[in-house]
Amino acid sequence: MTLQLWIWLMIGLTFSLYIGIAFWSKAGSTKDFYVAGAGVSPIANGMATAADWMSAASFISMAGLISFMGYDGSVFLMGWTGGYVLLALLLAPYLRKFGKFTVPDFIGDRYYSNTARLVAVLCALIISFTYVAGQMRGVGLVFSRYLEVDINTGVVIGMAIVLFYAVLGGMKGITYTQVAQYCVLIFAFMVPAIFISIQMTGNPIPQLGFGSQGADGIYLLDKLDGLSMELGFHEYTSGSKSMLDVFFITAALMVGTAGLPHVIVRFFTVKKVSDARKSAGWALLFIAILYTTAPAIAVFARTNLIETVSEKKYDELPGWFDNWEKTGLLTFDDKNKDGIVQYVADPQINELTIDRDIMVMANPEIAELPNWVIALLAAGALAAALSTAAGLLLVISSSISHDLIKKIIKPDVSEKGELIAARISAFFAVIMAGYFGINPPGFVAAVVALAFGLAAASFFPAIVMGIFYKRMNKEGAVAGMSTGLLLMLFYMTKFKFGWFGGGTSEDWWFGISPEGFGTFAMLTNFIVSLIVCHITSDPPKEIQDLVEKIRIPSTE
Amino acid sequence: MNKKLAQQYWKENLKYLVILLSIWFTVSFGFGILLIDELNQIKIAGFKLGFWFAQQGSIYVFVLLIFVYISLMNRLDKKYNIK
Repeated sequence: MTLQLWIWLMIGLTFSLYIGIAFWSKAGSTKDFYVAGAGVSPIANGMATAADWMSAASFISMAGLISFMGYDGSVFLMGWTGGYVLLALLLAPYLRKFGKFTVPDFIGDRYYSNTARLVAVLCALIISFTYVAGQMRGVGLVFSRYLEVDINTGVVIGMAIVLFYAVLGGMKGITYTQVAQYCVLIFAFMVPAIFISIQMTGNPIPQLGFGSQGADGIYLLDKLDGLSMELGFHEYTSGSKSMLDVFFITAALMVGTAGLPHVIVRFFTVKKVSDARKSAGWALLFIAILYTTAPAIAVFARTNLIETVSEKKYDELPGWFDNWEKTGLLTFDDKNKDGIVQYVADPQINELTIDRDIMVMANPEIAELPNWVIALLAAGALAAALSTAAGLLLVISSSISHDLIKKIIKPDVSEKGELIAARISAFFAVIMAGYFGINPPGFVAAVVALAFGLAAASFFPAIVMGIFYKRMNKEGAVAGMSTGLLLMLFYMTKFKFGWFGGGTSEDWWFGISPEGFGTFAMLTNFIVSLIVCHITSDPPKEIQDLVEKIRIPSTE
Repeated sequence: MNKKLAQQYWKENLKYLVILLSIWFTVSFGFGILLIDELNQIKIAGFKLGFWFAQQGSIYVFVLLIFVYISLMNRLDKKYNIK
């Protein structure tokens, strides 16, 4: 069978599966729509959380990024997994006990204030929109590379599918499709990794494989360190970022992960507090399978790439090189006209430009794996992008129908009316996400990474203090959230878009990059909240009672 | 549950949190970042130890920590008769 046929088959099969699930799990009430009726089992919720969490970026881009960053890539690995420890220990059980539908619900009730609720809705919308645009773009990219359709057609197909199951099934439909999508994406990620690990090291477990010896008896990591230095890059196993910056970026990603609204709401969907704890554990286990494999893929792919192309005759390069050259993601410019590929760190001499995203996608071709593996990878990438997009769309729609309409604008809206509003806002959210997917604002890539900084700077301190510090009041929380959010926005626009006079890395405060600044903004949030709360009055008695109640899992 | 028991329950929970989060900090920020150069002197198979903690070890410990927390809390819930 040809590759094209395999790809249509794999994508057709998986998409019919998702649509079938959507029909089977139609939402009947707002509780179904927002939190899947709060009846999801911990393992299923763990899988759904994992799929929700692992986006097109985790699936397609992360291993590629690491393969170029080496040790510095650890910030993603530790940052995007360590946050789950914070979630499981500091947030999930208590938010489940609180037992409403959204994050702004908690902020608004705990801080007895619609101002706080509004600030939270605003944060949730900014974070989710920046994030979802990137996902739709990812869907378009996969379609255009593998089905040879136009990138925009790809985005529209993706939109139609998400629209169908998000609007019809709400959280219930999304949850069960995400379970299926997790299975597809993890299988698709692992199969090529295992194949390549066996090929290069003889060890079928990639996590061990990249610490083993290759056929020539040299440890793979030593070989890659050597190759990297030879070509003028930094040593693979040590980094080029400062230790302080690595520390701050890791912390911002961890705390940001724990503060992302589409991840937090997943813990509202289980039956009880102990299930919320359990599903956080399962979620991280399912995520860890991919996250511990990614650094292995990074090493395999990079070694393979260097060995295949470096100092080789251009005319004799394998077919995949041609295929990816056509997409423009791989370019060769024969500067010294010798017909041989010079791939080195020095931009004056280097002749090969590689887009990081192709490292995962081209990997099976580089390793000459069979066509069905490549098709599987395409289906997996789509599963990763669609599942995350759906989770984010639900946060957007519930922020509008529940937090804005039901809680602030029109509290007497009927259950039926609210459900209709939820579906309509989901519909418009998909259209808007699609629009941004087709016309991506230039800043999407920059902003997606910074969504974590925003979540860290705004939500995380407000929620943690709401649970662990009974005396925290609305003045403190609102002041802290606003300061954190504004400070982060200021720093990000200053150094990413050149506003407020701009600046280069020389001007970074204490040498902290915008990606790591979320940690600084979060600390500021904590400090401002504490100071303001100490010079204003205690929260009312019933709020202090509420805090005591959410600390204990019992139902009485 | 009466107030005194509830406070006791909360204190025990906090104690677990402090212990588990210290481990969380040590394996990631400690071994993976701050002490990386010292640990990289040690090599196990093809892995420098600091590099291994940053890209593998810390993640395994994270998973373990959550499951330890689950079992500690289930036991605590039982002790305080919480269903």
